[in-house]
Order: sequence, then C-alpha cells, then structure tokens
Amino acid sequence: MITLTHYLVLSAILFAIAVAGIFLNRKNIIVLLMSIELMLLAVNTNFIAFSQFSGDLNGQVFVFFILTVAAAEAAIGLAILVVLFRNLKTINVDDIGTLKG
Amino acid sequence: MTFQSIIFYVFAAVLIVSALRVITARNPVHAAMFLVLSFFTAAALWLLIYAEFLALVLILVYVGAVMVLFLFVVMMLDINFDKLREGFWQHLPIAATVAVLMVGQMALLLAGKAINLKDSAAIAPAAGASNTRELGRILYTDYLLPFELAAVVLLVAMVAAIALTLRARKEVKTQVIGDQVRVKSTDRLKIIKMDAVAKEPPAETTEAEPK
Repeated sequence: MITLTHYLVLSAILFAIAVAGIFLNRKNIIVLLMSIELMLLAVNTNFIAFSQFSGDLNGQVFVFFILTVAAAEAAIGLAILVVLFRNLKTINVDDIGTLKG
Repeated sequence: MTFQSIIFYVFAAVLIVSALRVITARNPVHAAMFLVLSFFTAAALWLLIYAEFLALVLILVYVGAVMVLFLFVVMMLDINFDKLREGFWQHLPIAATVAVLMVGQMALLLAGKAINLKDSAAIAPAAGASNTRELGRILYTDYLLPFELAAVVLLVAMVAAIALTLRARKEVKTQVIGDQVRVKSTDRLKIIKMDAVAKEPPAETTEAEPK
C-alpha cells in the first residue's frame, strides 16, 4: 500500500537532489534553471500528495498556479539568458559580476 | 506488495536516477532530455494518486512547452561547456552533505511518531467522479480572481520575454508603419502662392567668350 509518507520521502529526495545540483553546477546557468524546475516538481508532488491523501482539492489548485508561475519564470529566465549571452558571449556565473561595483 | 506499490517503486527509482542525471550530465541537451523523463515519471506518479488533470497538464505544459524552450535555448547558444565544467566535482562534498542532511531530517521527521501522519491509502474518487470537473468547478468559483491574475501573469511574461529578446538590427531596412500612418498630405506636398509672371531668361553672355 502506498502511503502519504512514501510520496513525502520521494519528494524530499528529489528536492535534495536539486539542491545538490545547484551546488555542483555553480557556473552553468542553464542547469541551475533546470535544478529550480526539479525543486518545483518536488514541491508540486508534495502538494498533490497532501491534497489527495486528505481529500481536499484546494492543494491541486495551488499546483495549478505554481505551474503557471513556473512557466512564466522559465520563459523570462531564458529570455534574460539569451540577452546576456548576446551581450557578454558567456553564461558563466563568475563572469557576471558587473553590478558588484 | 500490491501492484500499485510495485509501480510506485519502479517510477520512483526512474525519477531519482533521471534527476541525478539532470544535475550530472556533461551535455546540457542530455540534461534537458533527462528532465523531460523526470517530468513524465512524475506525471505517472501523480496519476497513481488520481490527479489526472495535473498530470496531463504537467506533460502538456512542461514537456510540450517549457522543455522545448529550454532545448531551443541550449541549442541556439554557442557555449563552451567544457570550460563551465571545470572544478565540477570540487563542490561534491558540501553538496552531498547538504543533500543527505536534508533527506535525513525529513525522513526522521516523517518516520517519527511526532507528526502522526495517517498511514492510509489515497482516497479513491467515487465512481463517475471526475478530477478535472471538480478542479474546474472550484477554479472557476472560489478561485476565479486568482485564476484571472494567473492569466495576467502569463500575459506579462509573454510581453516581457518578447520585449527582452526583440532587437532592431541596424543593417536591415524595414518599414516604420507608425510613421507611415501618421504622415499628412502637407508633409509631402507644399503649395506655394506666387505671381504668374514668367521671368526673363538671362542674357546669353557666356556663349561668346572673347579670345
């Protein structure tokens, strides 16, 4: 029998993998964005598991909104990435310290 | 072990392995492909607890739109990925420590008796009940204003993405439609009032040049 704990542990593992991905790919913005998507997937899995195991649909509405905002975030993030690459010819995070002053 | 448990464990294993490949893949195109696999597997896991609508939305929106966008960007930019991977494993100790700590804490919390989770199976929907219909009902009644705000967020994101990446090239000649529409007849043609008198042509003096 699958219980709520199964889903919660699975999404905890997924979230931890995404955090490790942010530590490992500190230079590559594209993989950083992918790690953020993985984190959101883990959070959404938590929301859906809680929603279904407690019989309350409101959690799924939240997942709907998170998906919307995440799609907008990915679109704008990639647009910024394209502009950045066009101007600096790099996506290395270490080279993007112009605003540091 | 029931059939559903077997399916859960198989899909969970695929999900974790593909997530690990996303963060360790040498080529970002492979990372994006493994991310697609992760989304598919997660959608299957959501289907397993009767969340059909969101599982299908995850596949349509994420795999169909967001990941295609990722792939476009990855393939469009000409990036030297080997340089970006320098010192990749250097941060592994701290990354592994943080990840193991997080999972350990969550497992400790969830396995303990303190928060007392109900260990029951997922509540199966009644026969004939539709997840999509129920979700649509509360989305268009209780959550109508947030729903419309989400639409505005998408519109703003679309305008922002276009405005960010749009650029006017200098070497390309294009019409400026606004200027063309705004032009008036007086800008093109000037009518001058003048007397109807023909001027005498100047005397032909240059022809006979003295030698």
